[in-house]
Amino acid sequence: MAAETPVPTVTEPLIQVEKFNYAYGDNQVLFDVDLNMSSEDVTALIGPSGCGKSTLLRSINRINDLVDSARVVSGKIKIDGIDLYAPDVDVISLRRNVGMVFQKYNPFPRSIFENAVYGLRVAGIKDRHDLEEAAERSLRSAALWDEVKDRLHEVATGLSGGQQQRLCIARAIALQPRILLMDEPCAALDPIATARIEELIHQLRGQYTFVIVTHNMEQAKRIADRTAFFYKGRLIEEDDTMNIFHHPRDPQTEAYITGRLT
Amino acid sequence: MNSVPTNDNPFAGDNSGIQQRETAARWALRVGSYIVVLTTVAIMLHIFVKGAPVVFRSQWPFVNTQFLTELPATLHVIEDQQGNHIETDVNGADAVKKKLGDNFRAEKTISYSGGGILGPIVGTALLVVVSVGVALFLGVACAIYLSEYAKHGKFLEMVRLAILNLAGVPSVVFGLFGLGAFVLTAPRFVAMPAERSVFAIPLGFTTLSFEGWDTCVLSGGFTLAFVILPVIITASEQCLQAVPQGFRETSMALGATRWQTIRYSVLPFATPGILTSSILGIARAAGETAPIMFTAALAFKDKLPWQKDLPPLPADASIFAHWEQSVSRFLGIFTESVQALPYHIYTLAAKIPQNEYAERAQYGSVFVFLVLVASLAASSVLLRKRLRAKYRW
Repeated sequence: MAAETPVPTVTEPLIQVEKFNYAYGDNQVLFDVDLNMSSEDVTALIGPSGCGKSTLLRSINRINDLVDSARVVSGKIKIDGIDLYAPDVDVISLRRNVGMVFQKYNPFPRSIFENAVYGLRVAGIKDRHDLEEAAERSLRSAALWDEVKDRLHEVATGLSGGQQQRLCIARAIALQPRILLMDEPCAALDPIATARIEELIHQLRGQYTFVIVTHNMEQAKRIADRTAFFYKGRLIEEDDTMNIFHHPRDPQTEAYITGRLT
Repeated sequence: MNSVPTNDNPFAGDNSGIQQRETAARWALRVGSYIVVLTTVAIMLHIFVKGAPVVFRSQWPFVNTQFLTELPATLHVIEDQQGNHIETDVNGADAVKKKLGDNFRAEKTISYSGGGILGPIVGTALLVVVSVGVALFLGVACAIYLSEYAKHGKFLEMVRLAILNLAGVPSVVFGLFGLGAFVLTAPRFVAMPAERSVFAIPLGFTTLSFEGWDTCVLSGGFTLAFVILPVIITASEQCLQAVPQGFRETSMALGATRWQTIRYSVLPFATPGILTSSILGIARAAGETAPIMFTAALAFKDKLPWQKDLPPLPADASIFAHWEQSVSRFLGIFTESVQALPYHIYTLAAKIPQNEYAERAQYGSVFVFLVLVASLAASSVLLRKRLRAKYRW
């Protein structure tokens, strides 16, 4: 699928957010967000709780459509120049190209194998050989293969938290998406498991475009090329990660990264 | 509070009566619970003590097979001059009288108290199968729609309120509804519409006539289905809501459609709970009397639903050679009216004079009925346990 697609040129950002306004009912949560994310980069979205960063992330694969009363007020999110909210966009194929990993690791209470191939199964792939190949490939990519190869058919909820989260990553990349969205992927993990996930992101960067929401500023520093700071539904500042943390231009950004703004 | 305690021990209990009130409250609640438990035990014991001797025997095969395998019949009790009572059926009565000759003193007949209760058992089983089948299908469909598809809002609140109200409708009202809807007006295919048909739609090869299904298992089963529907919808919806929202989001984020998500990542995990709710449904459907009074149940019927005066299938008949006929005969079971256990118990209690013989039939029926419901419930619990072990999160 996506693997054969030629990598877009560096100058053209892969994800473009343009004057994006988003609301739950009458409660607007994103105001005029303009943000470009390039395919090479790991982009971190940071900001205090309720600042809208998760909403923006969940709008990129339109999983927020599931929330009653959630709606786009105005503006666009484009991938490769295609407006995701245009009426002719099929959310199913969009989501196959934009994977997502959630905060709480939540493998289905099925076997490890069934978790890894879930996306392929619902896409209609039935061939046992293809499924096994895809499962091995994605589990290897997620650095989980060696730990689970002998118990692929045991229930996934028996794994440790870190392993379960890596299984969730494997499950997402089994579909070979171009973009991986991560909503605080390490929030429920201990430091060692967190380090392994971060290592994994380092290994996979370049293959996938990462957009990561994180509350952990050290983590953003460690893994992100670009960082965007949100506050009260607005994008305050977006820059190279080092600039954000060492030379913030906006006083609110500085207040947040120094812990004076929560 | 303000007085400084003179006691050396600052933790000594005060005597303001708080302790006594605490104790009184605890005991009042405890006594209430004991009354509930005792009453339940008393009911069970009573039925067991009175009913078990009817059903069980002290010798092999330890079960009163006659009671479980024969249809209800009129019991003839013949008394001789010495005051002995001889129980027999209608065929045996003459022979006994002849044998006694001058020794014969009196004969009593007690309706429905002889024979067994096979008819009511079969009828109740058929009614339960139809009603639980219909109610599970409709109830789960409705619960899935309400929980997974419908948007939160006024309409959804109204639907929920309607379902709750449905649960409060007296069962006799459902009986009358069933009489009007299923017995008298439900649509069926006929060659020639009956005179009472509400209206008929000719389809060329046949006619869809709204003339009702008559009193039969189908009418009763559908009526019972509506009685238990609120229970099943409410419980199923709760089970669906209990499945973590994360499963839905993950599944959809992996490119599953909404129905795929429900099919693979919501329903399997809600099934154990839905089965539990259907246990309640089974017990309720099996026990209701009023809804089947007008729609399915007969006080007495001397045939089982599959015993009809039909020409036997040709001698060479294997089931496969005449499968069309076999199928239509099988379906014919559901268009028969039947006896049912709760209605049989009602008949025994209300329609015939009380005496020791009637009482025996009553308690036997109640006992069998309880065992039936309990074993259905037990098998559902077992099934749920196995499913739970398979899907745990």
